[in-house]
Amino acid sequence: MKFGIVVFPGSNCDHDAYHVAKHVLGEEAVFLWHKDESLQGCDVVILPGGFSYGDYLRTGAIARFSPIMKSVGRFAADGGRVIGICNGFQILLEAGLLPGAMLKNERLKFVCRHVHLRVETCRTPFTGLCAPGEVLSIPVAHHDGNYFADAATLAELKAHDQIVFRYCTEAGLLRAEANPNGSAEHIAGICNRAGNVLGMMPHPERAAEAMLGSADGLKIFQSLLAAPAGAR
Amino acid sequence: MEEQPITPALVEEHNLTAAEYERIVATLGRTPTLTELGIFSVMWSEHCSYKSSRVHLRRLPTRGPCVIQGPGENAGVVDIGEGEAAVFKIESHNHPSFIEPYQGAATGVGGIIRDIFTMGARPIACLDSLRFGPLLDAKNRFLLDGVVAGIAGYGNCIGIPTVGGEVYFDDSYSLNPLVNVLCLGVARRDQIFYGKASGVGNPVIYVGARTGRDGIHGATMASAEFDETSQERRPTVQVGDPFQEKLLLEACLEAFKTGAVLGIQDMGAAGLTCSTCEMGARGGVGVRIELDRVPQREEGMTPYEIMLSESQERMLMTVAAGREGEILEIFRKWDLEAAVIGEVIADGVMHVEQGGRVVARIPNTALTDDAPVYERPLRRPAYLDKVNALNLDRLALPGGLFRAFKDMLAAANLCSRRWIYRQYDHMVRTNTALLPGADAAVLRLKGRRAALAVTTDGNGRYTWLDPRRGAMIAVAEACRNLVCAGARPLAATNCLNFPSPEDPEVMWTFAEVIDGIAEACAAFGTPITGGNVSFYNETLGKQIMPTPVIGMLGVIDDVERRMDIAFKEPGHAVLLLGETLEELGGTEYLELVHGLKQGPIPRLDLQREANLQGAVREMIGAGLLASCHDVSEGGLAMALADCCFASPDPTMAVEVTLAQDLREDAILFGESQSRAVVSAPDAHADRIAAIAADWSVPCALIGRVSRDVFAIRLNGHTLVIDDVISLRDIWTTSLETILH
Repeated sequence: MKFGIVVFPGSNCDHDAYHVAKHVLGEEAVFLWHKDESLQGCDVVILPGGFSYGDYLRTGAIARFSPIMKSVGRFAADGGRVIGICNGFQILLEAGLLPGAMLKNERLKFVCRHVHLRVETCRTPFTGLCAPGEVLSIPVAHHDGNYFADAATLAELKAHDQIVFRYCTEAGLLRAEANPNGSAEHIAGICNRAGNVLGMMPHPERAAEAMLGSADGLKIFQSLLAAPAGAR
Repeated sequence: MEEQPITPALVEEHNLTAAEYERIVATLGRTPTLTELGIFSVMWSEHCSYKSSRVHLRRLPTRGPCVIQGPGENAGVVDIGEGEAAVFKIESHNHPSFIEPYQGAATGVGGIIRDIFTMGARPIACLDSLRFGPLLDAKNRFLLDGVVAGIAGYGNCIGIPTVGGEVYFDDSYSLNPLVNVLCLGVARRDQIFYGKASGVGNPVIYVGARTGRDGIHGATMASAEFDETSQERRPTVQVGDPFQEKLLLEACLEAFKTGAVLGIQDMGAAGLTCSTCEMGARGGVGVRIELDRVPQREEGMTPYEIMLSESQERMLMTVAAGREGEILEIFRKWDLEAAVIGEVIADGVMHVEQGGRVVARIPNTALTDDAPVYERPLRRPAYLDKVNALNLDRLALPGGLFRAFKDMLAAANLCSRRWIYRQYDHMVRTNTALLPGADAAVLRLKGRRAALAVTTDGNGRYTWLDPRRGAMIAVAEACRNLVCAGARPLAATNCLNFPSPEDPEVMWTFAEVIDGIAEACAAFGTPITGGNVSFYNETLGKQIMPTPVIGMLGVIDDVERRMDIAFKEPGHAVLLLGETLEELGGTEYLELVHGLKQGPIPRLDLQREANLQGAVREMIGAGLLASCHDVSEGGLAMALADCCFASPDPTMAVEVTLAQDLREDAILFGESQSRAVVSAPDAHADRIAAIAADWSVPCALIGRVSRDVFAIRLNGHTLVIDDVISLRDIWTTSLETILH
């Protein structure tokens, strides 16, 4: 499987995503420069974490206008698989590829720590190998991860099984103290209606090797490898 | 403006003495221009010239088999095997952080990161050593909040993990916070770049952000004590842009790969001035620049302003003639400014022109090697005798040692630093093999079995009470921390924070600290490869305690053999290595519970310390230990608590039974050196004892890892017993409770 990792000038988890695709999974991986339009025939596009264009304005607000995002939008519309991680999730929201918006964390501080995620749906190509309700340990690291959507949008998300991950306790319970940023309905990750575009605040690429404290994130990448082929 | 006459008042405003001014006139053989006066003022500032410290710094050991580059460059470089080199240095940003905590700390991070990638290394981690006044004072809470946010804001954005460090609180830092940042990078051994100009006729290229009017005279500001007008100096603090620096980092690393870059230096303190004359001086050549070609943020900047600006995120490089196009193209790709602004010349001068007119022409060495050097007077401080007369016979045991223990768990100097490190992205780049809270940070090296371990240590109270021994302990503890993480210490960097060097008593403590570091570093075979001196840390006559901070780098040969401090399994044996003496002088306990800041501080026997470290290394190397933690601030009781709290399992606890004929508080909270608490399966206990005996290290089985109940018993009665979860809660939430 060929992974394409988009490099915005301020991306800083691009190397980490590349490392997992290439060296942990042993798959093909290429970097996709933000000024280019070609996706180089990738099967999966990763929008990595970081600060795309400095993000002094609003996270991801400028990135959505970059040339590569035009291609990512078309790719997603054609059913291509896209994962936005952290800043990548913020960019997907700004680009309108996923619904909702991102607010500053409830406590107004950057938060970096391991959290627990409950897998809410296994219908996506990103969670096929997970069990429903399975709890994953994956770290977060962000200042703007407080997911917000109006009631109608949240209802839509639920109606179409688009909530993929929720923050939870180790035992899988939804509790305010297990939610690191105050996000609506403890949402940590959502997908589009078709299920081929995933946005998530936690960093699965940081939890892909036991040495780093958890290998639970690997399940997301392995699910992709195991899923029936998607569109190119 | 250039024609402004140089008056004695103007000279004084530039923080130059009359004698120094005479020396400038003699060197030039004429009166300096205003621009030249400004240039001398920054380059001869304490911050840039080390004029008070240089004679002492020469006594530090700087060579060793692993050292590729010692002090004098942008950072130290050491060999870490397999063709790789580690590049690291620690630097202070104390003064700016007091005036404007967020930007002061942020640009401190940015500055040291530039020093690392200037040398061709990819920065892989930062550590911060911070000191503040007590948090009861709102101003100190404001400073802590701003500094931590500034470090987070810069480090998180540029994508370099902040993996460790330390923070302590003491009244002496109340109006003088310390912000020391260490950055570590990795380069190919044969791809190190130096701040050296070479090859007459080669172009000099300016890259990075545009030059603005910010930070003018930052170095001079950092070379004077503060008074009530300090806030007026806010314009001397630079404003950081981590996104720009991220671009600069990537562009520079890409440019280095072309082979066209011959020398490079960042523009930090003293900006364009410093990079121009230092690169010329190191290469034995000169540099001619034209200010009209310097990218500028605003119109109408004078040569004085351009040369003295400390705008961040800028670099100066020399490039092989004819290849400038390639380099400019790379910087354009990253949307950065890049311009040829001059060339290397044969004369060893810094030659600056604007509008076809020479605005400064100064021999390089007048600004660098031949800058003033002072042998300041030294006098042993009178306070030392008074504060080193602790009489334990007169020190009553506190009513309840359990109460004292709980107070210590909640103490700002001992409680969990979670509130701080959770604001730092400490995992980006996915190399962090030990999370914050350990004795040392451990970074794996992708594609290699080996890993790097790094730590910072410095106890200002120790060095205030006994400068020489306190400094030796800082080195010993830094080495011990690395050893406890499974590493072999390689080399060190130091950040020396002191009050005014013009005070002979301060200068005496400085000289003692240097001798202490020198002796300990020689004993442990860990040369000093660079660092920074920060003087004038005093406000309105109130001085900080002399605070040397040691940054130590080590190598772990096999990352799978890294060690952490957390107890792993109930039932494991808990052993204490080393000897507990009746030592309470200089301890956290003595100050917190008795309100006494008195010595003598704990003894340090370098041979015993080396034996302890040798024994621990052998035990870890043989795979015998489940956990290992050095005993330091807070003593044995605190070390045991740390080992429980570091476990992800909140019920992990310990029950120990001690038997020793010493004061009970000295046993629990004394800070005797050269000790470690280890845990291991019973099956390993005999071999651990045998290794300890081989190294002549006392080794005692003191208890077992348990569940739920944390208990310390001594000579038949129970001193501490409680549910570990409630103790853990006190320790974990204390800082958050104080701050919110």
